[in-house]
Formats: sequence, C-alpha cells, structure tokens
Amino acid sequence: MEARFLLGFLLLLSLLSLSFSIYEDQVGLADWHKRYIGKVKHAVFHAQKTGRRRVVVSTEENAIASLDLRTGDLFWRHVLGKDDVVDQLSLSLGKYVITLSSRGSVLRAWNLPDGQMVWETVLQNSNPTDSFLHVLGNVKSGRDSLILACNGGSIQAVSSIDGLVVWKKDLSVDGLKLKHVFQPPESDTIYAIGFIDTSQIAVYHLNAKTGELLKHATQSSPVDLSSEISVISGDSLVVLDSTRSSLLLIKFTAGSITHHHKLLSDIVEDFSGTAELIPTKSNDIFVVKAPSSIAFVKVRGDDEIELIGKADPAGIVSDSLTLSEEEQAFAVAHHSSNAINFHVKINGREILTESIKIEEHRGHVNRVFLNNYLRTDKSHGFRALIVMEDESLLLVQQGEVVWSREDGLASISDAVPAELPVEKEGVSVVEVEHTLLEWLKGHMLKLKGTLMLATPDDMAAIQAMHLKSSGRNKMTRDHNGFRKLIIVLTRSGKVYALHTGDGRIVWAYLLTPLLQSKRCPSPSVLTLHNWRVPHHNALQENPSVLLVGRCGAGLESQGFLSIVDSYSGKELENLILDHSIAEVVPLPLADSSEQKLHLLIDNDLNAHLYPRGLDSLKVFTSEMANMYYYKVDNAKGVVKGYTFKKGCSTWSSDAYCFSTRELWSLVFPSDSERIVATARRKMTEVVHTQAKIMTNQDVMYKYISKNILFVATVSPKATGGIGSAGPDEASLVAYLIDTVTGRILHRVTHQGAQGPVQAVVSENWVVYHYFNLRAHRYEMTVIEIYDHSRADNKDVMKLVLGKHNLTAPITSYSRPEVTTKSQSYFFTHSVKTIAVTTTARGITSKQILIGTIGDQVLALDKRFLDPRRTANPSQEEKEEGIIPLTDTLPIIPQSYVTHTLQVGDLRGIISFPANLESTTHVFSYGVDLFYTRIAPSRTYDSLTDEFSYVLLILTVVVLVAAILVMWAMSKKQDLQEKWR
Amino acid sequence: MARRWNVDFPDSSSSSHPTVADPPGFARSTPDLDESSGSRQRNDTEAAWKSQKAWEVAQAPFKNLLMMGFMMWMAGNTVHLFSMGITFSALWQPISALRSVGKVFEPFKDPRVDLNLPRLLFIALNLGGMALGMWKLNTLGLLPTHASDWVFSLAPAKEVEFAGGGASF
Repeated sequence: MEARFLLGFLLLLSLLSLSFSIYEDQVGLADWHKRYIGKVKHAVFHAQKTGRRRVVVSTEENAIASLDLRTGDLFWRHVLGKDDVVDQLSLSLGKYVITLSSRGSVLRAWNLPDGQMVWETVLQNSNPTDSFLHVLGNVKSGRDSLILACNGGSIQAVSSIDGLVVWKKDLSVDGLKLKHVFQPPESDTIYAIGFIDTSQIAVYHLNAKTGELLKHATQSSPVDLSSEISVISGDSLVVLDSTRSSLLLIKFTAGSITHHHKLLSDIVEDFSGTAELIPTKSNDIFVVKAPSSIAFVKVRGDDEIELIGKADPAGIVSDSLTLSEEEQAFAVAHHSSNAINFHVKINGREILTESIKIEEHRGHVNRVFLNNYLRTDKSHGFRALIVMEDESLLLVQQGEVVWSREDGLASISDAVPAELPVEKEGVSVVEVEHTLLEWLKGHMLKLKGTLMLATPDDMAAIQAMHLKSSGRNKMTRDHNGFRKLIIVLTRSGKVYALHTGDGRIVWAYLLTPLLQSKRCPSPSVLTLHNWRVPHHNALQENPSVLLVGRCGAGLESQGFLSIVDSYSGKELENLILDHSIAEVVPLPLADSSEQKLHLLIDNDLNAHLYPRGLDSLKVFTSEMANMYYYKVDNAKGVVKGYTFKKGCSTWSSDAYCFSTRELWSLVFPSDSERIVATARRKMTEVVHTQAKIMTNQDVMYKYISKNILFVATVSPKATGGIGSAGPDEASLVAYLIDTVTGRILHRVTHQGAQGPVQAVVSENWVVYHYFNLRAHRYEMTVIEIYDHSRADNKDVMKLVLGKHNLTAPITSYSRPEVTTKSQSYFFTHSVKTIAVTTTARGITSKQILIGTIGDQVLALDKRFLDPRRTANPSQEEKEEGIIPLTDTLPIIPQSYVTHTLQVGDLRGIISFPANLESTTHVFSYGVDLFYTRIAPSRTYDSLTDEFSYVLLILTVVVLVAAILVMWAMSKKQDLQEKWR
Repeated sequence: MARRWNVDFPDSSSSSHPTVADPPGFARSTPDLDESSGSRQRNDTEAAWKSQKAWEVAQAPFKNLLMMGFMMWMAGNTVHLFSMGITFSALWQPISALRSVGKVFEPFKDPRVDLNLPRLLFIALNLGGMALGMWKLNTLGLLPTHASDWVFSLAPAKEVEFAGGGASF
C-alpha cells in the first residue's frame, strides 16, 4: 500500500520531469567538455606578426584547427567528419587556410584569424586518386592568386578570392599521374610534371591564365618509377625507382627532360635493402632513409650529388625549412628511454642538439614539424611541433617542452568506469569546506541569490563557488558515487584514467613500448574490460582493468593481455599469448580474489580461460554446462551457437583450453538479407522488477534475459546509402534471438525500410532507428517482449503466501512462450549512436541517449517509446503517465544533455550508474569528450545543491525563538489572570 | 478574657426537635413511606428513558454513516489529500467507537434495561461504517487486492544459462 503510494508519488515526479533540463547557471557544475583535435598530420606555421603566433594543423580525425603557439590553446577548430579526409593543407595570401579533402574533391578556404569558411568548391573528378594542391602566387590576373588542384591527369585552377574555378584542363592521357606543378617567377607558363604509368615522364606547359596547353613532352625512363618523389627545386625532382635501390634525378628545362640515374649504394656507403625517400620540398637537398642511416644529399648542377649529412635511422625527419636561398634546415628527432634527442641541421650540418625530457608514457616520435624564429640578436632559433606515438602534440623550444596536448583522447575506442580509492580515516569531507564561517558565508550568498538580493558581484562569487563545488575533484570515493574514474582506451594503445569531477587525466599508460621490447613487434590494443571490481572478498585489492590486443595486423597474429591497476595506472601483469584472439567473452563469474573470468576465443574456435588459476578453473568447470558462445558472422550472414567442451586438440596439455562444439546456426539467406546491426543488453545492467503493471491493475511479466540478441538485416540492394534502393526493393528485418538455443523469439519485417540501423537493448525492450523510404523519414521502433508463460500467475492468495514460481531460476530450454508489443514513430534526426541510461538498482525510469547528427546527445524519455501509447488515452492511462500517441517523437530542446555544446565527431556514449539511484553518469566521446550526470526522474532521493540550508536553519531558529517568546508571554498572561 | 456575648443557635433542621411544626402538606416521612410504589414507578420511567437513550446512541452512527457516504461521494475517486483524509477518518471513527463501546453504554447500565440489542446495532452500524471506509479505500485503489500489488517489486528470476560472444574483431 505504502509502496504503491510511493510509486504514485514517483510517477507524479516523473510527470513533472517531462523534460530534463538545467538552468544556465548550472552549466559546468556537474559536466565538463574537453576539446581535442587528434593526431596531427599536417602543420603550417604562421608567424607573420609577432603578436599572432599560431599554427594551423589538420589531423587524422579530420579536424582543422588553429593553435596558439605559446599555449597550445585552440583559436578555432572544425571537424570535417569521418568521410571527409583532409588531403592537404596550405596557406594562401597569408590570410586564408586552404584545405583539399575527400580525396581531392572538396576545396575549402577558411579565414585564418577566426576560422570562418570563406568559400567551398566541389571539384568534379572522374576518378579520385592522389591529389595535391599547389598554391600559385603572382599570377598576373589582378591581385588574385590561383590555387591549382591536380588530380590524376587533370588540373583545376581555382581563384583564392571566391573559389570559382577559373579554368580546368584535362590532359586526358591514360595512366597519367601529375606529381608536381611549378611556375617560374615572372612567367605566365605553368609546368606540370607527371608520370605515365611507371615508365614515362611527361611535362606539360600550360598557360596560367587560361589553362591552354602550350606544349608537351614525354620521355621514357630507364627504370620503373615509384610514386615517392622529392622536389629539389622548381624545375627538378628526385624519384625513387620501384626496386627502391636507385634514384632518378629529373630536370626540366624549357621543353626538354633530362634525367640521371644514380645508385643509392654510390651515395650511402654500406647500403643494402630498400630505401625511402622522405617527401620534402627544398632547394637542392633531399633526404633518403636507408636501413642503416638517414642521408641528407645535396644536388649540385645537373647530375652531381654529394652526401652532406647523416642521422640516426631511428630518427624522424621534419619537412625542410628554408632560412635563406642557401640555407635549408631539417629537424631530426628520435626517442631514447625518457627523452627526445632533437637535432637541427642546416644544409646537413648539425647546429643544434637538445635532449628534451618527456614523460615515459608518450612513446616514440612520430612526426616533427620545424619552425624558426628570430632571436633578438638576429640569429635563428628553432622550435618544433612533435607528434608522439600516443598522438599527443608537444611544442619544444630551447630544450624544453613548452606545452603538450593530449590529443590521443580524440580517438577513444573503448571506455569503462572504475571506482576511486576509499576515503582514508582522518580525512573528512568537511575539510574541504575549510571553516564553518566560510561555509556559512557561502550559504548566505546562496540565500541572497534565491531571494534575488544578490548584486552582480555576489552572483559571480556564487558561480565561482558552484564551479569549485565542494570536493567534486577529490581523489576518493564519495557516498553518492559521483566521483569515479573513466578509463579510456585510445587507438594508439594508450590508456587514460579521467576523473569525473573535471575530466583531468589522473594517470596515463602507453602499452606498446613494453610489448615491443618483448616479442610483439606491432601491437594494437583491441578492447578494454574490467578485470577486478572488488566488492566483498577482496576489498584491500585494487581494482584493475584488462587490455586485450594483437601483436600484429593479421587475424592469425598472437594476442596479448595486459592488466593495469585502476588506481595507479601501473601494469600489474603482461602476457603474450601463444594463440590468436578473435573474441573476448567476459563471463558473469569471478574467482575468490574477485578477478572476473574471461574466455578468449581464438581463430580455431578454442576458448582459453583467464585468469589462469585452479580456483578460476574450478569455478568455470562447475558452470561450464551452462555457458555458451555465439558468433555473428556479418560477411556470411550467419549466427552460430556453441557449447564448451573440456580439452582442445591444439593445446592438448593445457587445462585452461576448451574446445567448442556447434549447437545451432541461423543462416540468413544471402540473396535477401544482410546483417547490418546487432545489439545486446549490457551485462552489468540491473533490472528492478519483472512485473509490468498495466492501468487496469493487470500484470504482464517481462521477458528479461541477458541472452537476447537483436539482429537487423536489410536486403542486399539497400545496404548502400539512402537512395541506393527504391522502397519496393528495400526491406529491413528485425530479429530477437535467444543466443543459448538459437531460437527466434520475434521477427518483424519493415517493408521499404533500410539502414543505417542503430539499436539498443535494455531490460525487455529494444529500440532501433532506421530509414523509412516510403515516408522519406527516419523511424524509430520499440519492441517490448513479455513472458506469456508466466502470465497466469495472477492468484492473489498464492502470491501472498509465496506459492508461485516467479523467482525460480529459468532456463531458455523451457522455451517460454513470448508475446511482443511494438510501435513505430518518426524521428527527425539521423542518429550516430544510441545508448540507454543505467542506474544502480534499475528503479528509475530510463532515458534513451541519442547521439544526433549534430554531434549532440539527446535524452529521450522511454515513455515516448512505449507501445501502449494510444491516440486518446483514458483518464487512468493519463494518470499513469502514458503520453497520447503522435506520429513523431518530439525533440524538446531542453532535453539535450550536451546543452549548447557539441561533441565533435561523436562516436560513442556510455552510461554507468552512480550509487544514488536517481542519478547516472553519461560520458560521450568523439574528437571531444563530454561528461555529465543526469537524473532521468529528477533527483528524488537527494536534496539538490541549490537547497538552501541556511534558509532551513533560519526558519527553525525563528520558529524556536517564536515558541519560546510565546510561551513566556502566555505564562505571564496566565499569572496576571490568576491575580485578577 | 471573658466572653462578652454568646448566641446559641439551636439545630432547627433536625427532626428530633418537634418544637416548630412542619408546614402544612409537608410530610417528612413520605419518601420512606412510599418506597414500594413511587420509587418503582420512577425507576420504570428511568429505565424506559435509559433504553430509549441507549437506542438513540446505538443509532447515532447511522447519521454519521450517511454523512460519511455523502462526504465520500463528494471526495471522488482520486487519491489526494481530501479523499485520503475522509477515508482515514471513515476508518478511524468506527474503530475508536468500537473500542469505547463499553464506555458509550456505561450511563445506561441498568439491570432492567437490555443493552445487548442497542449494543449490537451500534457495533453493526460501526462495522458498516468501517466497511464503507474499506470500500472507499478499495475504490481509491489502495488495497492490495490485485496480483500486481504483490509482484510489483518482484526481482527478475535468475537465468540458468549464459551466452557470450558477438562479432569477431
């Protein structure tokens, strides 16, 4: 009775919280937003004026950004998105940033100071291949300068003022690939040099103003040419032959081509193997990287070449920096234990050697970009941007790291939550509040704020206080579970622990150096799992995470495991395995020291149990009969189920190796269905109840199983983008499959629908998002699944006496009869990713977290996706909170979790519970990171930060005082009455 | 010091001093004399009065019941403060009345008055009131009479099997 009342109360509250939103002054209280750019691949320095030292970079995450050279802060940034890969970056007229992207088909100009796009031109390319940009100055067509974009055999000249294509020349020669374009100073002729296939060298003379072909010449090459070239002057270049053991010097003089063939062994002594030509653009110097050393080679005259310098082959060479006509500077950086050895060479002569100390977790040097500045004594000083193995960006100058950016965090591939250490005795939260006086002062200010008496200064103080927000950044666990660690894995194999309070990096650990030193040449980390989550038995043990990866690129390459302590970031254990890894299956079992059992499935479908210990073996073998494995083969369109068997053939002596036996297989007909999406419930999700109560007091029992797999297939024609198939050819089939028995619980076909499909499974429902070709709109469908075999458990007496089998363990082999309820709605946005909130006990109502195309996170109440919605709900249904059915799901602007912020190139959202039932953590990642806490049914179980304790205390004090005064007065009056 | 004066008031109320005659028509010994006839008559009327009063008291809850019914009808069938208050008072009143059923009929206790029937009526009417209260409680949906009230927080059953896996890396 009481509980129902409570439930009614909760319902009332949830009605109030129809939209989740925060006030303006609450922004930044619980949430944080970090902006990154990713691994830098091009950098162009711009230091014309001393007041504006900035560098423009483009990155592997397809971001273009302008950074402050003094602090590393972002001036501006644009994320172009996954499909718009930046090919080249250059500056034009000193005020525009020109980018060529999407395999040479989109040319854009950005305003350098503020990053606004000035123009965008789509270049029509028949066959997009390697493209390059060439910005021409001094073309005598007014003040305009032309940008030449070459693609295969065609050249397009684009005006840098407005982006209009001035002329386009298609040389229409089969197999022609233009490599270099130059224009001699004060000339109207453009020379375009290219290779036809690998055997011929061609040069074309074009009119710079019209693009008219003036002249052309071809000459066959004595050797097969590779595509590696180095431009050594306007009219000559060096190209490596296809065997990578000799060079060809090519020079173009008015209308003729001359070439000289040089063997590399003549240049670099003890040369063997193959070489690389480092693509640079400099005056008469090129750089060859041979296995034994890096050689700086100067070209004199037509065919004379001379070795002018050498460097360690482990080093990374920067692009050349022209100091003057005669002087070319190169930077070479290489990594040694915990320092970068940084050398600057002018014309091959070393003029600067620095050893720069860096943190160990940054790995090797990957890229170097050199820049110079003039010292006060007019000598050259050098600074360099260094991109490290962990994708971080450092600026080094005068032997020091001036600033560093952790841009590896732009490429997070996996994230798990972890607990912070328990608070030690003697350290109490009150200490954070300093003194009682300060505490009181703070609350007085807040009170002033609520009573609207605060001055603007006070308001600022309140805001600052909010942001400081009493101990949200402490390194210990709190009662509400608001302070946690988010452990993230990045593409480069680096693991970071982020604090939920402010997003700072608590520790970072780069996995690869240690592995490389062992017998694991090119490790790549695949996934991150919680390895140990101490609860009862092993509270003194630190929690740890498991990293699983592969030692090579191939599927067959051996795997490795690494266990990292969640508190300290220290690696506890490192194992290089004998077998490959195709899949990691975390089991819902743990050994006595709370280490979670994991099965690593190899390519031969053998299962290897970790941790290796008699204890874990015992735990697993006792449960082995109930453990199953399923495998989804997207390419073949097959889902297969397996059971485990003791012993395996390849490792017969290994007790921890189990073989698998196929139990069932589901084959989707390849001519009509292709798997496009799968989804399953999160293993850690907690469900509060199995009963769903209808408005008429009826009960439906949810079919709650961790073994439900959602599979969406589309017809093969509709696997392409939207528009690739007509509504009659496209269909989408959604399956709910029991992964233990392979039984199809539910199957539904959406005619005229196609992917991309995004799905999320939780409790007893699945929500998926797809495109409806008939309606030309996106649609979302919800399927709720109920256990029909339990539906007759309705006898109150039996339930009162506990004579029911509702809590008895259930098995999938009992083949429970299921019923489903389903409803579809239109949805305005296309969706990048979809997730659902999870809370500690699963009582709080759910919200669906939708990563929209605008890189924001939208929290949509599950009540909008309720199959019981009808157009005209009855009074009771309305009371229960059923929303009248509309054809479209509403997007309430206030329900954007990310409020005004954007999570650039949003890729994933995870939600994990706080200790407080009402609250859940939401962490979304892409190029940016965004974290916040949300309460889907409002914080019904705690007072908010806004609660004014001072007001409460004041009220109590005033009341007590009033009572005392009244008591005294009434006593006095009594006495007088008696004397009368 | 000697007494100056002294007044002696003789006890005139006492009947042992027949010095002053009784007023005419006043018979000092009448009550004693008519004990057998007059007292019985008076007791009869008193008993009749008591029994009448007892019946009245016994019937009193009926009016209450009617009023309660009207109030309940006014309160409606949704759970809010007013209807809750009415319902709980409707439940509480009969209970408190039943607890003091002895006290209510105490003044009418008489060997010649049969209080059982009024008492039964009183109890029956109060029980009726309580039933009305319970009915109201039920119509408000606050009685756990449905299966849903017993399973709303029933934890999901444990699953025997576990299947893990997915698509390969």
